[in-house]
Amino acid sequence: MLRGSLANEGVLLVFLRMVRRSIVKGWHKKVLAVMTVTIGTALAVAMLNVSLDIGDKVDRELKDYGANILVIPNVEAIASEIEGVGLGARGIPSYLPDGEVPKLKTIFWSNNIVAFAPFLDVQASAPSGGQVPVIGTWFRKTLVVPTGETVTTGVRDIKSWWQVDGAWPDDESGDALAIVGQAVARQLSLKPGDSLNLAFPIEGSHNHTVKVSGIVSAGGEEDKQVFVPLPWLQEAVELQGQISRLEVSALTIPKNELARKAENDPESLTPEEFEVWYCSAYVDAIAYQIEEAIPGARARPIRQIAESEGIILGRVQLLMALLALAAVVSSALGISNLMGAAALERSKEVGLLKALGAYDSSVTWLFLAEAVLIGLIGGAMGFALGLGLAMFVSENVFRTTLEVKIVTAPAAFAIAVGVTVLGLLSVARVIARLEPARILVGR
Amino acid sequence: MLLEIKEVSKIYGNVWALKDVTLGVGPGEWLSIMGPSGSGKTTLLNIIGCLDKPSRGSVILDGADLSSLNSKQLTEVRRDKIGLVFQQFHLIPHLTAVENIMVAQYYHSMSDKRQALGALARVGLADRADHFPSQLSGGEQQRVCVARALINYPRLILADEPTGNLDEANEELILGLFRELHAEGHTLVVVTHDPDIGRLSDRQVSLEHGFIRCVQARSGEV
Repeated sequence: MLRGSLANEGVLLVFLRMVRRSIVKGWHKKVLAVMTVTIGTALAVAMLNVSLDIGDKVDRELKDYGANILVIPNVEAIASEIEGVGLGARGIPSYLPDGEVPKLKTIFWSNNIVAFAPFLDVQASAPSGGQVPVIGTWFRKTLVVPTGETVTTGVRDIKSWWQVDGAWPDDESGDALAIVGQAVARQLSLKPGDSLNLAFPIEGSHNHTVKVSGIVSAGGEEDKQVFVPLPWLQEAVELQGQISRLEVSALTIPKNELARKAENDPESLTPEEFEVWYCSAYVDAIAYQIEEAIPGARARPIRQIAESEGIILGRVQLLMALLALAAVVSSALGISNLMGAAALERSKEVGLLKALGAYDSSVTWLFLAEAVLIGLIGGAMGFALGLGLAMFVSENVFRTTLEVKIVTAPAAFAIAVGVTVLGLLSVARVIARLEPARILVGR
Repeated sequence: MLLEIKEVSKIYGNVWALKDVTLGVGPGEWLSIMGPSGSGKTTLLNIIGCLDKPSRGSVILDGADLSSLNSKQLTEVRRDKIGLVFQQFHLIPHLTAVENIMVAQYYHSMSDKRQALGALARVGLADRADHFPSQLSGGEQQRVCVARALINYPRLILADEPTGNLDEANEELILGLFRELHAEGHTLVVVTHDPDIGRLSDRQVSLEHGFIRCVQARSGEV
């Protein structure tokens, strides 16, 4: 750039003066160029921030649609998945110990497990003589996990769309409270505050009365069920410490080729692939780790939800990426036009420099220095504007507060300078084609 | 010979701008190239100044055959051996007089402000060093252009109508400067319409329709 090793203060000064004077003289055009870079960078930064941050947020929001991993006893698990109730050999129900549940929070991806709830499924006879499924669960329970961390979770977190008319039962109180599905409530004419007699198919004292604290409207099978605190049901049916299943809601990433390969046959992974797969938040990898943590458990992704989440998230991120790309490309085209026009306007100066003995590359360096300066200023302004835009989008579209990703700061400068330097290609072409004889002397 | 032009032709499409021009310029000589518009004198100047290449023939400057050089090598010859003086001065408008001279130094080797100021003093503009071209008269701008052409000690000074845009007083100043340069032993090739310049030079070459019509020495010999 500075003519070999002979660069001295004078050389640098002349170069800088040429750049500075050129900027000062054509400041209005430079402002236009900075604005172009700013807008392109701002859009790219906004999309990048939204994409990175909202990816997590959208994933969390999707978790509101339920669990994406079902954990059941390992014995004859296929039958259990069909029935929804853990049935072991010859149809005898099998169970998991509820003491193992907190181990969920000890796996590698424990931070990605946002909610979970155990369930004990029992059939009971209702006063009308019909059978009603009674489910013992945690509504919202606080427990200390093996890591020492305190976790509050339960069906209220995993089934956040449930609407309860009345009050949720309190897990800690030990009272015989229940929420009743609206179909059951209608059938048995129940309302909050009423009592419900339940007869469980066990020997001895099998009649119990629970007080209805609320009527639940879930829009599914749950409307035909009765939900009671897990410890109460375990005691009532003499299954202390046992659960039928465990539902887990985990933050996952969309599947890729590796995840699909692992899904088909985890044994087919090489050790290196296995390590990558294990350390990525694929739903299957998390399920695999749950099986490792809870002996005798079989963890399976609930395909429909897990895959829908992956698809939606993938599409949202693709849309953001395309918008960011479009912003960068349009900005590069804008800058290319502006700088190409500027080079043509300065064709006399370019021609003179070439006539004085400047190589094409030496003249391009002058424009490059201006371009980098424009890129840096545009990058800084674009970053600030982009963050503002991302916050606006985050708050108004996704109804959430943006968590600024610091990685987007260097990305902003890289985009801005990259866009400007890309735009410089047209300048380099103009400079190379420009003949000093035609400009300065004429033919 | 410092400059040897041998049977040089330049053809644009089917127009012959120059046809079989043969000419030599010795060290320290002042040659004027004259002729009406369209006679080919600017084309010849461009070829000598490494701004264009001949279609045929050869140009040898200081021992180097220009016709065999590529664009980059021609740039280097122009930078190292030729000082250009333009009719339109062609100063960079956003640089001061001294900075305009330092730009030529910058692309040649190193910028040296003291030396650049010395060149300005040489053309009588020491007190105008920090003025921008827009603050200088036409004659002053042309003197800056001459100082810029001289700054890298070229083997050949090429001037294209150096007084074409000047009034009489400034023309006198520039001609005085050229006389001094000639007296100091600089080699000058000047394209001009001005018969006064022609008379001052050692030889005048008259071009017409791309041919050399006549060559006239100051002594009157044809």
